[in-house]
Amino acid sequence: MTTMNEAEALAEPVVQAPAQPAAAPKMAIRNLDFFYGSFQALKEVNFDIDEREVTAFIGPSGCGKSTLLRTLNRMYSLYPHQRATGEIVFNGRNILDGSTDLNLLRAKVGMVFQKPTPFPMSIYENIAFGVRLYERLSVRQMDERVEWALTKAAMWNEVKDKLKQSGMALSGGQQQRLCIARAVSVRPEVLLLDEPTSALDPISTARIEELISELKADYTIAIVTHNMQQAARVSDKTAYMYLGELMEFGETDQIFLKPKRKETEDYITGRFG
Amino acid sequence: MTDHTNKQFDAEMESIRSGVLSMGGIVEQQMTRAIEALEKEEDAARIDAVGADEAAINQMQITIDQECAQIIAKRQPTAIDLRMVLTVTKIITDLERIGDEVKKIAYKAAGARGSEQLARVRYYDTAKALDHAMTMLRLALDAFARLDIVAASEVIDRDAEVDAAFASILRQLVSYMVEDPRTITPALEIVFIAKSIERIGDHAKNIAEAIVQVVKGKDVRHTSAAEIRAEVAQP
Repeated sequence: MTTMNEAEALAEPVVQAPAQPAAAPKMAIRNLDFFYGSFQALKEVNFDIDEREVTAFIGPSGCGKSTLLRTLNRMYSLYPHQRATGEIVFNGRNILDGSTDLNLLRAKVGMVFQKPTPFPMSIYENIAFGVRLYERLSVRQMDERVEWALTKAAMWNEVKDKLKQSGMALSGGQQQRLCIARAVSVRPEVLLLDEPTSALDPISTARIEELISELKADYTIAIVTHNMQQAARVSDKTAYMYLGELMEFGETDQIFLKPKRKETEDYITGRFG
Repeated sequence: MTDHTNKQFDAEMESIRSGVLSMGGIVEQQMTRAIEALEKEEDAARIDAVGADEAAINQMQITIDQECAQIIAKRQPTAIDLRMVLTVTKIITDLERIGDEVKKIAYKAAGARGSEQLARVRYYDTAKALDHAMTMLRLALDAFARLDIVAASEVIDRDAEVDAAFASILRQLVSYMVEDPRTITPALEIVFIAKSIERIGDHAKNIAEAIVQVVKGKDVRHTSAAEIRAEVAQP
């Protein structure tokens, strides 16, 4: 059983320098602190999310990985007594600023949750509903958009003949892909996936993982997962969180073969608590 | 190393680790018999025992390999565990090849007996070189048991001595063969013996390099002994 002493817990996180100075990151997280009331859930988190890459957040329950994901589109702002300080620079602006248009931000930074959350509407309307909030499209344009989003989510062929059926009637895996299609339909730049496959069977999980690899060509993706092998399979970079701190951040290939910190190694090899 | 939350995983890892050590133990026992075969009078029972050791070594390789495959399939090991499993599969391959070489040495020892002139090379020099290679192997297994990369780097350093002993034996044999063609047939047998000993040194070195990879996560194969020493010295 690993118990970390305070000195270790307070040690500097190991954050790899990029191999070559790449283009500006899609999202730059700087000195991010997060509070649920008086409880500090994130402490001085610093790292970059690079464009068209998959960044995975791993760590034990309560380590702050979902909290971190929820700061990236300010999902937390729905709740009183939750606040974040520091900076999350996205397209040159700090989204933690009070002046940020949250609806616009959430269109640009879409989110998919653990449990599939289709609207109680037809498959078609599940997609069209969100698009109408942001864009005025003709019927034909909307048809095209729905087809495009469902194709992106790798389910067009499965549902093209039953677009009028309720989204709730789909299987769990299909519902989750419908949610991904819905998130994609408003043409976001970043997709946040909060344990997108934890309620799904292995085949649906494999489909979603395949989808993540495909979506990476066009989108920047951040994923929270309890499934370490999933993080290893789908991500380019991995962030290991513990007790609200970013313990280690680096190339996934390196983290799963030879992490720099013993705490990371203990966690990913199953030697934790 | 902290224990896994899943104790069965720990037991499986311990099984392949101790498997390597007992396989290494049989190889050492086989080498001791081969040294005796070089130094002492011919003894058919001894040669049979070397052959039986080799069969046991082969069987252990298969068993440990299967265990490694099962760990990969069932546990999806990562980081230190993954490096350990991969390394164990490499080490048992080297141990199995050492077993083959030792068997060749013991079988060839009989054919090399023909010449009085070559007695010193055969009885003394090859036996000494084989003893040296055995020390390398023992050190390498010890380094594996303790994951001690300083000891592993010592094994790598020592390979040069076995290589030098091989070159020296070869030089002597060439001199004898030039002076007296009747020594050629037994001398060639001794050349094969010496070559096998040299290969054993290489396999022990491979094992040591694999240990460095477990601990440091860095592949040090095909680098110089000096570079490996420098890598080992780094925190």
